[in-house]
Amino acid sequence: MNGLRLALRQVRYENRAFWRNPAAAFFTFVFPLIFLVIFNLLFGNDELTVAGGTTNISTFYVAGIAALSVVYTGYTGLAMLVSLAREQGLLKRVRGTPLPPWAFIAGKLMHATLTMVLLVAVVVTIGAIFYGVDVPTKTMPAFIITLVIGAAAFSSLGLAITAGIPNADAAPAIVQASSLPLLFISDVFIPPGQAPEWLIAIANFFPIKHLSEALQTPFNPFEPGYGFEPLHLAVMAAWGGAGVVISLRFFSWEPKR
Amino acid sequence: MTSTGTGGTAIEVRALRKAYGANEAVRGIDLSVANGEIFAMLGPNGAGKTTTVEILEGHRNRDSGEVSVLGHDPWSSEPAFKERIGIVLQETGVEPYLSVEETVALFSGYYPHPRPLDEVLEVVGLTEQRATRVRKLSGGQQRRLDVAVGLCGDPELLFLDEPTTGFDPSARRDAWEMIENLSALGKTVLLTTHYMDEAEQLADRVAILARGQIVAEGRPRELISGDEVTTISFRLPSDGDPLLAGIPDAQSEDGRATVTTTTPTEVLHTLTTRARERGIELDELMVSRPSLEDIYLELTGTASSKVPAAESVR
Repeated sequence: MNGLRLALRQVRYENRAFWRNPAAAFFTFVFPLIFLVIFNLLFGNDELTVAGGTTNISTFYVAGIAALSVVYTGYTGLAMLVSLAREQGLLKRVRGTPLPPWAFIAGKLMHATLTMVLLVAVVVTIGAIFYGVDVPTKTMPAFIITLVIGAAAFSSLGLAITAGIPNADAAPAIVQASSLPLLFISDVFIPPGQAPEWLIAIANFFPIKHLSEALQTPFNPFEPGYGFEPLHLAVMAAWGGAGVVISLRFFSWEPKR
Repeated sequence: MTSTGTGGTAIEVRALRKAYGANEAVRGIDLSVANGEIFAMLGPNGAGKTTTVEILEGHRNRDSGEVSVLGHDPWSSEPAFKERIGIVLQETGVEPYLSVEETVALFSGYYPHPRPLDEVLEVVGLTEQRATRVRKLSGGQQRRLDVAVGLCGDPELLFLDEPTTGFDPSARRDAWEMIENLSALGKTVLLTTHYMDEAEQLADRVAILARGQIVAEGRPRELISGDEVTTISFRLPSDGDPLLAGIPDAQSEDGRATVTTTTPTEVLHTLTTRARERGIELDELMVSRPSLEDIYLELTGTASSKVPAAESVR
């Protein structure tokens, strides 16, 4: 429990440092919001066919950008932060102190999750105010639980990928190359139903599509139940588990040169 | 400087070996550091200093040999061990957007009995910069912060890996003063450096490493006095060669005579008598004992290559 207290203490300091780096804080929030605004400008008047009827496409984009936020803060953000901390010798330094290494990583992970929650709240609020998106209440628990499982899974993958990142210079390229193409085929930026079969098969293998679809369902106004997508959640959990295994086995505390 | 230890050994190393592939970085090192001692490992780059220190810190595993640091095996990575040591690495690694004070407070929180924040800042001389963000500090100040972070848990043993590399002469002087302050606190300090003057100034004992082995060990003065040779040199008068007649091991080069001898009194008497008889002065006469640097260059076999000597601050 002492480790947990230390992890929470890390979060406080992470948070303080985060907001003092205006560029980083600004772009973390602005980047997904820019996508939200651009896609609504481009396609805002289109209608979207969903299970049970048709709805405003802005509904799709709120859930899509929520998925982007999870990937962006959990996977991209965490992988970059950890690579940088490793490059700066911060990981090595921490390992020379009595702080349990997992508490340091947990601090970063929890901070990334808090950032994501705040970001998604902003996205949903903007969607509700400016784009007339109905914020569901009955399916809200499903939406939140999906976010949490998604944050855990993508953070775990963000840590795992650092094992394949030799140094901080290589981090942006590796992280973007492994996420950006998938975002385009995973119903985040582009509504489903327009891709060839084989591309959909690829997208179905990776976890981003499962995240975005599990976030779409609670926002579907025709959703009859509570909006849970157990299969999608299970696939994400499996990827998250694989990420944990890879991290435990291959995580490196020092950069390779 | 005298050691103020309470007795007992802080570090005990026997037959330590470590290879990276075919490169044998450490080839059988024995080492013993007493409590309260400032011990310096001196050697050129690639001599195995950092590898040895990193094994002692618990950052690296050894291939073979026995290592005991404060009674612990460092590789077992027990928190009880980490609580008692402080590490100042060669490279800085702190969050640039926190202040000096926050950084030290953050790290202090990892230890059961941290040293009071004000004291830590005082020892490293960062009291005035306490509210400054880390990214705004100068290089020398960042290094001080490194030391503050290594010191904040009130460790019994402090590792300082090349603490003044890259410092300008006045910053080095300040850093030395700071390290001497640490010894006044009764800390055991293991220091690595490639500056001989630093080892000579700070260390109670010095080990000289070359090619993964300890080639000499002892108090700086002992290492020097082990060498019996004294060097006498002066500028030769234009017709000066007769002055050196019959003196063994005398050389003249570029108008300067150099005599290396184990009987300096005798040689000096001969030279000065001859000079007086001829009514001339021995210009730029120097009588010198080998410095730690000379011993170092001889032992590490780097005499021909350029090593950073940092003579300017002496």
